[in-house]
Amino acid sequence: MHQSSFQSALDTAGKGAERIAELFYWMAGGATLIWIVTMGLAVYAILSRREHSVRMTRWLVIGGGAVVPTVVLAGLLSYALVMLPELQRPAPEGSLTIEVAGVRWWWRVNYIDNTGRRIPTANEIYLPVDQPVEFKLTSEDVIHSFWIPSLGGKVDMMPGRTNRLKLHPTRTGVFSGVCAEFCGTAHAQMRFRVVVTDQQTFDDWLVGQAQELAERREPSANTDPADVHQSAAETQAAIGKTTFFSRGCSACHAIRGTPADGVVGPDLTHFGSRLSIGAGVLDNTPENLRLWLSDTHRVKPGVQMPDFQTLRGDEVDSLVHFLGALK
Amino acid sequence: MKTTKPAADGLLSSAKLWTLTFAPLCWAAHFLASYLTSAIYCAKYAPADGDGLPIRIAVALFTVIALSLIAWIGGIGLRAHHMGETKLPHDDNTSRSEQRFLGFATLLLSLLSGVAILFTALVFVIMETCH
Repeated sequence: MHQSSFQSALDTAGKGAERIAELFYWMAGGATLIWIVTMGLAVYAILSRREHSVRMTRWLVIGGGAVVPTVVLAGLLSYALVMLPELQRPAPEGSLTIEVAGVRWWWRVNYIDNTGRRIPTANEIYLPVDQPVEFKLTSEDVIHSFWIPSLGGKVDMMPGRTNRLKLHPTRTGVFSGVCAEFCGTAHAQMRFRVVVTDQQTFDDWLVGQAQELAERREPSANTDPADVHQSAAETQAAIGKTTFFSRGCSACHAIRGTPADGVVGPDLTHFGSRLSIGAGVLDNTPENLRLWLSDTHRVKPGVQMPDFQTLRGDEVDSLVHFLGALK
Repeated sequence: MKTTKPAADGLLSSAKLWTLTFAPLCWAAHFLASYLTSAIYCAKYAPADGDGLPIRIAVALFTVIALSLIAWIGGIGLRAHHMGETKLPHDDNTSRSEQRFLGFATLLLSLLSGVAILFTALVFVIMETCH
């Protein structure tokens, strides 16, 4: 799958972003033209020795200083405004709807399925290609701004208000999303990944996300060494589950299908299948997860999650196995 | 120590200075009226996908009023600018030159404010709904 190597509004993969990039190219082209003409006239004025008619120079000043900028601005404004109705129009009835809430400094995501049921996830958004998607955006604390540069424009997320945004991905790939409104210490590390896939892959992913832990092959809590079928990794994961509860992780994080129902931090039900840790800060690898759990504030200064430096090495290892197994 | 006032010819007329601000004030009033009306209407009296036609009519009305006022102010500026026989620049240290200068500045500000009002109104021309 194509993974965007850099985050750019000009690396377009959505209808909104394509129109915005188009506008940018027209503006950049127009600005370059105006700059060349202006600089050309300035150089001519400096180098020219011959006398010019006062009337002609006056019209040149009025034309170049007032009329041309007004006409150019009116043209650009009209061109940009004509784009607005389509960009602002909601996705058609029955389109996929995703609720996203900005929380310092991560993203709470809820997919609304056909029955109206909410399927929670966090810091990662899957989208089907060539389908319009309606986002409902809000904030739980301060003003954030939701922006996936490759897919479309940005929209502010305000506490107590729901703003909407339509995106329409046009090619598959993995893209970056960011908070585009300064929201505090870890603002620059409030990111997320966007995975655009074909419809079938998306449907399968959503069905998987809807599952609770008990519906899947859960890491067994049975640590009886006599059970010869249990692998070492599964044993570690089972110990990690115990650690998860005994160390109080469940007070902030939910794992559906278990007693863990915290809502302060991200839902971790399918944490192992995510691409990143800490809201797009690190790739989701066992080494990075170990680093995140043991030295959270060095990785993401300002993060609300406490530093669990009191965790023993074997506890961190077991948590890494447990969380990694939450596919 | 007693100070002496400068000659009346060298003073700027406060009345004319206020005239200079009328056109930008019309622009500001039009801008606020347009956006406040649409914000209040869409937030309080219309659904999210509510028809934008009532707002467009209101903004059209604001625009006609604002442009009429600006045309009137610009006319005053133009008459002051053309007063007498002198040509630009109006930079003599006399009361008449000062009035011509303020008239010319009022005219230019009226033109600028008129264009800005049209730019503001242009946004509402394409506004279909409260989205």
